[in-house]
Amino acid sequence: MEPRHTISVWVDNIPGVLSRVTGLFSGRGFNIESLCVAETMDPEVSRITIVSTGDEQITEQIIKQLHKLINVIKVVDLSGVEHVEREMALVTVKADGASRAEILRLVDIFRCRVVDVSPTTYSLEITGNYAKMRAVLDNLKVHGILDIVRTGTLAIQRTKKD
Amino acid sequence: MKMTGAQILLKCLEREDVKHIFGYPGGVVLDIYDELTRTPQLKHILVRHEQAAVHAADGYARASRKVGVALVTSGPGATNTVTGIASAYLDSIPIVVITGQVPTALIGNDAFQEVDIVGITRPCTKHNYLVKDINQLATTIHEAFHIARSGRPGPVLIDLPKDVVQASIVPKFPEEIKIKSYNPTYHANPRQVKRALDMIRGAKKPLLYTGGGIILSDAAEELTRFADTLQIPVTSTLMGLGGFPGNNPLWLGMLGMHGTYCANMAVSQADVLIAVGARFDDRVTGKLSEFAPHAKIIHVDIDPSSISKNVKVDVPIVGDCLDTLKQLNDLLHELPAKDWAAARRPWLETVAAWEKEHPLTYTWSDTVIKPQYVVEKLWELTKGDAFITTEVGQNQMWAAQFYRFNKPRRLMTSGGLGVMGYGFPAAMGVQVAQPDAIVIDIAGDGSIQMNIQELITVVENNLPVKVAILNNTFLGMVRQWQQLFYERRYSSTPMGAPDFVKLAEAYGAVGLRATKPEEVEPVIREALNTPKPVIMDFRVEPEECVMPMVPAGKAMHEMLLA
Ligand SMILES: Cc1ncc(C[n+]2csc(CCOP(=O)(O)OP(=O)(O)O)c2C)c(N)n1
Ligand SMILES: [Mg+2]
Repeated sequence: MEPRHTISVWVDNIPGVLSRVTGLFSGRGFNIESLCVAETMDPEVSRITIVSTGDEQITEQIIKQLHKLINVIKVVDLSGVEHVEREMALVTVKADGASRAEILRLVDIFRCRVVDVSPTTYSLEITGNYAKMRAVLDNLKVHGILDIVRTGTLAIQRTKKD
Repeated sequence: MKMTGAQILLKCLEREDVKHIFGYPGGVVLDIYDELTRTPQLKHILVRHEQAAVHAADGYARASRKVGVALVTSGPGATNTVTGIASAYLDSIPIVVITGQVPTALIGNDAFQEVDIVGITRPCTKHNYLVKDINQLATTIHEAFHIARSGRPGPVLIDLPKDVVQASIVPKFPEEIKIKSYNPTYHANPRQVKRALDMIRGAKKPLLYTGGGIILSDAAEELTRFADTLQIPVTSTLMGLGGFPGNNPLWLGMLGMHGTYCANMAVSQADVLIAVGARFDDRVTGKLSEFAPHAKIIHVDIDPSSISKNVKVDVPIVGDCLDTLKQLNDLLHELPAKDWAAARRPWLETVAAWEKEHPLTYTWSDTVIKPQYVVEKLWELTKGDAFITTEVGQNQMWAAQFYRFNKPRRLMTSGGLGVMGYGFPAAMGVQVAQPDAIVIDIAGDGSIQMNIQELITVVENNLPVKVAILNNTFLGMVRQWQQLFYERRYSSTPMGAPDFVKLAEAYGAVGLRATKPEEVEPVIREALNTPKPVIMDFRVEPEECVMPMVPAGKAMHEMLLA
């Protein structure tokens, strides 16, 4: 598999900017794995976190193209620096009979939360990085995932401690 | 004092020193057109198709060093501009296209003549705007001009809803435009420049490969000084022609698919390749993995995304071509003089031998006009000093090969997008910018039919543009590929055309025809002596091929020579 890159992009918070950013990916055949957007503390600025896959050259090209957009203020490739990544998922999983206890054990081990309960299902809130999400979902899969929604990755740079 | 949106727009154009607008009216721009009647200092040239307005603005920009301006209505007016915008985008030409839009309240309703032109042109403009608030109008227009002309230039589109144009406010015109997220790098990093110079001075077989960036940044003189001082041979892309004098002994001709044997061999053998304002397009490189296989590569470009996009670069330099070449020349000046001619002799002799081995040439005929001969004669009879536009196809390549451009901004051609139909409206724009110059569109019989309607525009505006049709009765370049790679199955390439002489006359222009080689010169002379638009119909050899040719995807040294 090609390497994943997590890119943070600060943009003007005005209509059409997201489509400029995503259009740049689709127009060049670059892939977006996930995308998160919301306002920063400055309401005129939004921050986009994009996870994409591609070799070094493609990533370098993506970043340069992002810089070229007039509404892009700043671009940081977090893959090159120490950072924390989190994603959240809401998952409804089949839970009856013996599996109810087993699922609660998984919830405990992976520090998830049960957000909804029915006689035959649990809905769980899961947060974690990419690796943890995969581990949890792999374990839940065997019980039967009925519904899932994920936020995509958020990422923030670690503060230098020296 | 209160002003309407239309008044603010025209005031901003004046403030940007706009003298000419190419355009076509319609419902949502009525107010702007009405205001134009009270703005005699802005000359509006009414085209016959909006695509032509954009190509004309493009030609105008190239010939005048100014930003070209086109004005059209919403819907079909706007969609008709897309080809022109895309062409200007790929060639980095500074133009501003103003489109009318339905009133803001109707946007998104599939209103009459509504299209999302901002959405449509997002991938082919440098930037674009939908102005929804009249308070933003003045700033937006000045931003658009600033973005179009600065950094790597390009087209900017402004979409103006009718109610914004009709509203009125007391406007504030910005004194200065600053965009916090847009700061092109003009000044190249001196350390990188020094590194490049060291590499160049140590080279045995250096080669300058230049492109449109030289023209756009007006760096031709600095380039010539640099090449002359270090005795480095120069080749260029189609877009770069004229950026280095075609009569300089260091000039190798164009490189790439229809480049000279000598230029392509030089690339294949060079040990240091200095790319300045060029972008390693596939029509230039051929098979990428075998492009300049022995060379360390220095790449100067104002657009960082051009660098290392296609080929791995050893010394990247982000900066304006003019600034970088100046720095290089200044550094050179400080160094002790050296006899570079002597040092370079072996390499220049090798290059000269290639040139002698396979010069650019064609087979002469006593009975049939060779298209290359027409271009040669045009060159000779205009003393190489005309403004040449081209259509696309064989005509474009023969113009590039046989009109030896000595000066920058003399060739206007749709290089990146390759738009048939570009040349004639572009010539119109060039003639508006250079009223006293000789402007010639070197055309094909196919391409000229794509924007022939502009004949009436040039007649009406007394623009004495000359069109030289290399009439081979074929979509020649496509036919050439069919001949070479599809066993001469001429599928949909033989093409009928009207009687161009009668057509010219019908429009009120002058039509001339040459069917034999000895008629070529008198026809050109007569055209040049006619102070009116002239169409010259040269009946040329139908199955002539553009040579040399590097077949698509092949390495440069695998070129076909005849
Ligand atoms: C708008 C457009 N449509 C199609 C093409 C593809 N095309 C490239 S060259 C060419 C033939 C051009 O014929 P003509 O203008 O007669 O020029 P010639 O090659 O014969 O000199 C065509 C169809 C193009 N470049 N542009
Ligand atoms: Mg033809």
